[in-house]
Amino acid sequence: MAQRIILAKLGLDGHDRGLKVVARMLRDAGFEVIYLGIRQTAESIVAAAEQEDADAIGLSMHNGGHLTLAARMVDAVKAAGLDIPIIVGGIVPDVDIAKMHVLGVATILGPGTSAEDLVTAVRGAIDAA
Amino acid sequence: MLEQARGGDRRALGRLLSMVEAGGAAADEVATLAHPRAGNAFVVGMTGAPGAGKSTLTGRLTAALSEGGRRVAVLAIDPTSPLSGGAILGDRIRMDGVVSDQVFIRSMATRGHHGGLSLAAPGMLRVFDAAGIDVVLVETVGVGQVEIEVVGTADTTVVVVTPGWGDAIQANKAGLLELADIFVVNKADRPGASDARRDLEYMLDLGPAAHDPSRWRAPIVSTTATEGAGIAELAAAIEGHRDWMTEHGELARRRAHRLRDEVRSHAMALFAEATDERLASAEGIALLDEVVQRRLTPAAAARTLLSTN
Repeated sequence: MAQRIILAKLGLDGHDRGLKVVARMLRDAGFEVIYLGIRQTAESIVAAAEQEDADAIGLSMHNGGHLTLAARMVDAVKAAGLDIPIIVGGIVPDVDIAKMHVLGVATILGPGTSAEDLVTAVRGAIDAA
Repeated sequence: MLEQARGGDRRALGRLLSMVEAGGAAADEVATLAHPRAGNAFVVGMTGAPGAGKSTLTGRLTAALSEGGRRVAVLAIDPTSPLSGGAILGDRIRMDGVVSDQVFIRSMATRGHHGGLSLAAPGMLRVFDAAGIDVVLVETVGVGQVEIEVVGTADTTVVVVTPGWGDAIQANKAGLLELADIFVVNKADRPGASDARRDLEYMLDLGPAAHDPSRWRAPIVSTTATEGAGIAELAAAIEGHRDWMTEHGELARRRAHRLRDEVRSHAMALFAEATDERLASAEGIALLDEVVQRRLTPAAAARTLLSTN
């Protein structure tokens, strides 16, 4: 059965071109992508993940707020009792990557990630959860 | 889990829907529990060409229909890629900001099934129904003229058109338009909206309801979904159709027919399975060889295959 992933951007961040490309890459790899788009909240993403019975949440971040936003997302997912990985793509400075993992983000994918690496990473994160 | 879903547990309902969608033994079990508890939800089908505004309209309708504390859910269907088996389910984005948190939205991929509705859709509607949802809006993939399957699954079918969708000749072609219970001319703020309305009226004037007042004549509602205009009228038209059907015994008739269709499609699936088994047996392989050798026609081989036990 096809794996289902939520794709969204949290907060005030309108750079969604990358996320649209990622949606297409995942679709072409056989995923069912539930595309929420921009200006979502941690709560709206959790609601969608529950209703859609999603296997993972993919967040695109380009506004420098990744540490705050990721922490908020992880808390919301935990509070709902969901056991699904959070994957972050976009711009995360190297110095923050370890901090993001400590917060509970499963995988971080930077610019230039190939479709193949993206799919491997997402599948890996889902299998490990 | 069904009790949890009835109590409003989103996660339990989400899980149950996945079980039914996946099919197999778990789906049978859920159906056994859900079927006796179902039969109360009103199902509205939203269909029309891609880009007509079905998602936005559906999103707007959820608010109008949930007045009075009714529980409303949406089943939004998008196509599966025939190449990869993947899908981008993008209906939620159109409903963002117009749909309350109380509304349960589920996206679904067609998974290779044609006709605008997925094979698992009736089973998923049963779960919504058993979970105490009062109204389910089913939004089909964008359809053209002949994909009329939604009609068999919904109590009320709403067909959405837009200005410039066609003319009087298009309107009189057979297909989807004949089966609408309610028409919506969406994007009514655009030029050509009154022409679209007029063409639909002409079509209805030539239809069976024109000379027989005991038949339902589909009302035409103009909307601008992005602005919320016409939504209250559409909700009223849906209620009106529901009342009319209840009065005329049509609702019970449609629902019985829907269950018959569902039994039939399950029977066909079992039949296809049994046929594949026979084709793989020694007798089946021998028969196929006869066909390949041009000693037997495919139709004759099929009859032979099914006449033996």
